[in-house]
Amino acid sequence: MTRSHLAPRLAPYLQATPLTLILAAFLVLPIATIVMVSFWDYDSIQIFPAFVFTNYEETISSPVTWSTYINTLKYTAIVWAVTLFVGFWVAYYLAFHIRSATAQMVLFLVCTIPFLTSNIIRMISWIPFLGRNGLLNQTMMNLGIIDKPLEFLLFSDFAVVLAMVHLYTLFMVTPIFNTLMRIDRALIEAARDAGASGWQILTNVIIPLAKPGIAIGSIFVVTLVMGDFITVRFMSGGQSASVGLMMANQIALLQYPAAAANAVILLILVLLMVGAILRIVNIRKEL
Amino acid sequence: MNSERRGPGFYVLTAFFVLFVLFLYGPMTTIFILSFQGPNGGLTFPMNGVSLRWFENLLFEQQAVGDFGGAFSRSLMLGIMTMLTTVVVSLLAGLAFRRRFLGSGPLFYLTIASLIVPSILISLGIGLAFNVFGLDPAWYSSAFGAHLTWTLPFGLLIMFAVFNRFNPAYEEAARDLGATPWQTFVHVVLPIILPSLIGVGLFGFTLSYDEFARTLMTSGSFNTLPLEIYGMTTNVTTPVLYALGTVTTVFSMAIIVVALLSIAVLRKRRARRIAG
Repeated sequence: MTRSHLAPRLAPYLQATPLTLILAAFLVLPIATIVMVSFWDYDSIQIFPAFVFTNYEETISSPVTWSTYINTLKYTAIVWAVTLFVGFWVAYYLAFHIRSATAQMVLFLVCTIPFLTSNIIRMISWIPFLGRNGLLNQTMMNLGIIDKPLEFLLFSDFAVVLAMVHLYTLFMVTPIFNTLMRIDRALIEAARDAGASGWQILTNVIIPLAKPGIAIGSIFVVTLVMGDFITVRFMSGGQSASVGLMMANQIALLQYPAAAANAVILLILVLLMVGAILRIVNIRKEL
Repeated sequence: MNSERRGPGFYVLTAFFVLFVLFLYGPMTTIFILSFQGPNGGLTFPMNGVSLRWFENLLFEQQAVGDFGGAFSRSLMLGIMTMLTTVVVSLLAGLAFRRRFLGSGPLFYLTIASLIVPSILISLGIGLAFNVFGLDPAWYSSAFGAHLTWTLPFGLLIMFAVFNRFNPAYEEAARDLGATPWQTFVHVVLPIILPSLIGVGLFGFTLSYDEFARTLMTSGSFNTLPLEIYGMTTNVTTPVLYALGTVTTVFSMAIIVVALLSIAVLRKRRARRIAG
């Protein structure tokens, strides 16, 4: 008897154990290590245990750090705004204008498939398109729109933002599509019967109900852009910096404690931004 | 279904959607075409003849940087390990979260944190932790763990979605008929959620197969495929790069098609069994 009473109560703990152990070993412990190492000291050859604040002092007092953070925030703001705009209308179109469930699923998959191939491949694929002799420049020159190649298309902030929008818009589309699909269509009928215009329905009914999806999408995009280094390195051709790239460079130079201090600051910043988004919407309630 | 006339908004949004799809696929089509560049062709248009030269070069000749075959087989193995672990662990955790248990809140937030902590931080942290504990990082240990921190949250979120739509009446019926909890799980719950589990596996595999940032500091002395691709992008200036892009993309697509087909077959078989 005891066994059959105990088993159901024990079961969730046993079932949750593997997840807990993996996250403890590969998430909690590594972050604790980063915090610890951020107080360590280093020279050109090795890192060694200590308790110094120099890593933080050097990071915070350097004007390079500040401009890098500002640049990262600039990318975040622009990419967030663009992915939100594009993502919302794509999700809206799929959810409200496509009438059959099959067509919805097919079109949604069409949007998802490119996301499943390598980010780096998707980045290099912009090069023959945007480059100085690229497709876009050639076409515009042949059409007589421009008389010499536009240089800003590749290896520039423009290219970084374009590639990020290409890579991350889906992270906005999916959660917004998900919440839009759950809106009771009767609410929209009711609003229309009460005489609301299409625009009023959008701003007073649909957007407020889509908020959780917008919040989840925003969290994805903000954290992806804040930590991104590979897109910035590739698409800016090494001419722009981001916090992630700064860390990657410090890692390459084996300045682990400096990279760790940077990582702690980045983590705090990301958590603050996510916290701010979560204050607006309660996501757990929506799952 | 609503039956009112399609307004101008519909056409504007259709155009917007078509542009979005072109934006997604356009660049990939470009490198797909350019990977068939002739033997003397370069990295950009115009095409200088058409050949399979760069595919041959990629698959059968020794590259200046690293080895493509080794990197591919490591990525494949790592992807399969990540896929299987993700399916089992997220299924178990998904079952756990159906009931209240002490610490479920913190565990949920920890899983979400795993998703939002920037990848490079995970990479650095695991690399440092292995260093501090005197362990050598390797693709099957540290990189495997790093990939799980990325795939498990997605897996768990999918399981949440699955179990939120799961009708407990099926389980009650099985229990009333005298099934043990294990029988209920194997004969009732599992067949119903199997397509979603394949989805979780597909997600786990492709996320791991394409993961770069989390692998950077955790793969040890042998490269995985994304690291190999990264190495090639900085060194290689021939269309062999595009051939690599085409081959890996085609492989990803093949995996997706296989997964979708098996989901469709499972659905059909279940429908037939219910009908018969």
